[in-house]
Amino acid sequence: MLPTPDTSHVPYNRVYEPAEDSFLLLDTLSSPSETAFLSSLGPGSGVVIAFLTAHASTIFGTPHVLTTAIDVSPFACAATDLTVRKAITENTSTSGHWTSPIQGDLVTPLRGGSVDVLVFNPPYVPTPELPSPPAAPLQELREKTTFEEDSHLLELTYAGGKDGMETTDRLIEALPRVLSARGVAYILLCAQNKPEEVKGRIRAMGAGTSAGEGEGMGEGEGWKAETVGTSGKQAGWEKLQIVRVWR
Amino acid sequence: MKVMTLNFLTCAVKNCKSSNDSFPLHPKEAELAKDDIEINPQLLINVLPRIDWAALRTTSTELGFPTLPEQPPSPEDLQSDEALLKELHELLMETQMMEGKLVCGHCGHEYAVKNGVANFLLPSHLV
Repeated sequence: MLPTPDTSHVPYNRVYEPAEDSFLLLDTLSSPSETAFLSSLGPGSGVVIAFLTAHASTIFGTPHVLTTAIDVSPFACAATDLTVRKAITENTSTSGHWTSPIQGDLVTPLRGGSVDVLVFNPPYVPTPELPSPPAAPLQELREKTTFEEDSHLLELTYAGGKDGMETTDRLIEALPRVLSARGVAYILLCAQNKPEEVKGRIRAMGAGTSAGEGEGMGEGEGWKAETVGTSGKQAGWEKLQIVRVWR
Repeated sequence: MKVMTLNFLTCAVKNCKSSNDSFPLHPKEAELAKDDIEINPQLLINVLPRIDWAALRTTSTELGFPTLPEQPPSPEDLQSDEALLKELHELLMETQMMEGKLVCGHCGHEYAVKNGVANFLLPSHLV
């Protein structure tokens, strides 16, 4: 195990004091013998996963991070692949290891207990209905698309159905299966998603829910959910926050 | 899609999650490509604990690569086994499946791989 960095000089009255969450991250991501598997859901342009992959050494303390991204859109998969590859060539000394984009619905293609860090920027805008998933013709990469097809794909990137939570709720339900025993999910929420209620629902998820294949958790452990970042007050109705979820 | 990625993929059908036959998925009519990547022994050693070795053995054989040892090597063994390092590097890091299908051993559903991207979106009757 690596030594925890000395922080005795840090003024905690204005700097966040390393707490359970920080140490959890250090433990999760810096153990020398294990490589973290990081997955971004709905990466869109791929900017977030490219950032995390290209700066893996700086952010996670090790370049031995495997990354992937899953999106329903073939265009997002292709864009993400290129964004990540470019970012890596510009940051070869700090980059982690990009595997491949996967076209799919949330974490459904991933084996149980496989994900150490999950990042999800969901379609969070409340809408009367959830758009239908892309039908077969829209699942294939091609040169020309119609205006209606483009509109449909764009709608999928933001429309979240009731409370903007229909897709995010499905992901939360899948977390016990897909996160490793030490896995952490970062989920972005807007004020309309009723974040306090969402966190309450996560904390109420039963202790003892399965941790995937062969990675069971001890008894009495529950799920934790804390806000770890906010966009501040000026963002108006779309005020955003990032919630960290772990067990 | 890298062979590395394949080791993290399972059938997307809900009922298949509880079956051991849904992992690993079986490549069919696979067209492979090889990236030229510099070998990174430390990365391979670190990746090892996250790899499902039994599944990798299956995949290696199915793709026509040499049979891997039955048990995963220890980090120390791998460090000093240049031949195995090279084999794993080629298989996990360099080999890409560009076209073909991935077949679930439980429900038989075939996932298409096109332009190196596997499509796990299910037809509505399987969701």
